[in-house]
Amino acid sequence: MKIFVCVGSSCHLKGSYHILEAFKQAVADNHLEDDITLSAAFCLGKCRDGVSIKIDEEIVTGLSLETFPDVWQTKVLKPLGK
Amino acid sequence: MSRFDSHVQSVKNDILTAVCNYARQGTLYENIHEIPKEIMPKGSASARCCIYKGRAILSERVALAMTTKGAYDHVIEVIDIACDDCPESGYEINENCRGCLAHRCIDACPRGAIEIVNKRAHIDKDKCINCGKCQQACPFSAVTNRVRPCEQACKIGAISKSPTGEAMIDRDKCISCGACAYQCPFGAISDRSFISQTIELLEDYNKTGEHPVFALVAPTIASQCTEHTLSQVIAAIKVCGFHAVIEAALGADIVANLEAKEWDEKGFLTNSCCPGYVDYVERFFPDMAQHISHNPSPMVVMGRILKEKHPGCRVVFIGPCTAKKLEFQKEQWRDAIDNVITFEELQAIFDSYEVDFDHLDEGLLDQASYFGRIFARSGGLTTALHQALIENKLETSKLKPLICDGIEECRIALLKASKGVLKENFIEGMACVSGCIGGAGNVTHGPKERAQVDRYASSAMEKTIHEAIRIFD
Repeated sequence: MKIFVCVGSSCHLKGSYHILEAFKQAVADNHLEDDITLSAAFCLGKCRDGVSIKIDEEIVTGLSLETFPDVWQTKVLKPLGK
Repeated sequence: MSRFDSHVQSVKNDILTAVCNYARQGTLYENIHEIPKEIMPKGSASARCCIYKGRAILSERVALAMTTKGAYDHVIEVIDIACDDCPESGYEINENCRGCLAHRCIDACPRGAIEIVNKRAHIDKDKCINCGKCQQACPFSAVTNRVRPCEQACKIGAISKSPTGEAMIDRDKCISCGACAYQCPFGAISDRSFISQTIELLEDYNKTGEHPVFALVAPTIASQCTEHTLSQVIAAIKVCGFHAVIEAALGADIVANLEAKEWDEKGFLTNSCCPGYVDYVERFFPDMAQHISHNPSPMVVMGRILKEKHPGCRVVFIGPCTAKKLEFQKEQWRDAIDNVITFEELQAIFDSYEVDFDHLDEGLLDQASYFGRIFARSGGLTTALHQALIENKLETSKLKPLICDGIEECRIALLKASKGVLKENFIEGMACVSGCIGGAGNVTHGPKERAQVDRYASSAMEKTIHEAIRIFD
């Protein structure tokens, strides 16, 4: 699974670095280094609804540290069957 | 007040805008010969001897505005028919001379080239060495120096008079800084433009939805927002069809970080970010070229990152620099950048797309740190390098930087370094005076621009270089 976190200006200002860190931490905690590649991306085109991420081909918007656990559960762990 | 520094830029803008308009419709080639007639219709006044010559010059400008990537190995061109063959007689006594008793001019002349003839000073051209001391000495402003503006602008002596009188560029010397193009009062020297290719990239993305086009903007943009705010300009770039606007200054943060480590390892270094300067070192001081940082320029670094993160995307660098137009075509950087335009050309794109600046969304631009952003002005790179040493916990006390503002200062530093007598161990070389804010491709140049860049730099959310580049860890 490939996860891109948008670091375009709008998302960057909304704290995309912290989302990136949250993913990094979650990947480490769940020992999913072999299943997930994590990377920054420049602008996924959803500037109004950031922070935006792309999981494989699906774009997920509106991430914050509050909504992160839910997204991690439903969009990452569940599809991976974990 | 004109939005440009000079009317020459305004004429150039008319051409570039017309080229954009036809390129957008896909009918540029059919209309090459129509553009001069549209801009200079029958009956209009021309600064040239007649409308036909005026149009002929405009045709040359259209041709320059249609350059394709890889077609030429130089970007600064003389439009021979536009050149006014300016006089270049050097120092002369003018009518202000009062034949005074003190005749300080005579005393000041180191070659005894001045004598009083018919109660007025006279310069013997066979003896005169054009040192200018008589001009400094005369209290009546009675000494005029007639030099060609292009030759005056070119500090490396790449411009001379051709056998037929017009300006001629020595390709072995020219570093494509564009100073001559900016200074020529007749607009007879111009940079080639890839603007029609940029439009093709935008239209292709617009029609197919594939190959998104990223605008990679130089931090100098902060000095170019005279009519509109930075937010409006960023939003306007997106209105014209760019997928996103990215700060080249983030590449500068990366480069500063790498260059600090490289300097720490090697002990002596000079920068790779200014393509005019790099070209100058390679041409005039080839032995010093080994000391140029092995890191690519911020433009190339960011271009490669964008291509890696967004396969299939296209990257257009937008900046103040004519030499960048040569840099991006070089074999070793060709993978990184698809096209380069200047702020002058960006203005033409805005005009072509008729951007309504009063009704735009907020445009955001925030990725780089303060230190990446101040690369836009002289001294910024050195400050960033120092900061990167601190952030990497490297020794700063041994760093002895020399900030060279403009190619003349670079020449002196390189001369000393090549003879092993330079005290400093880091040369910051910028081909343009003031750094990028003095670049030939800017829409405006002004005394407040350094402060504008610094203000923009201070507004960055990330306060350190490592904070800006940690997203890549």
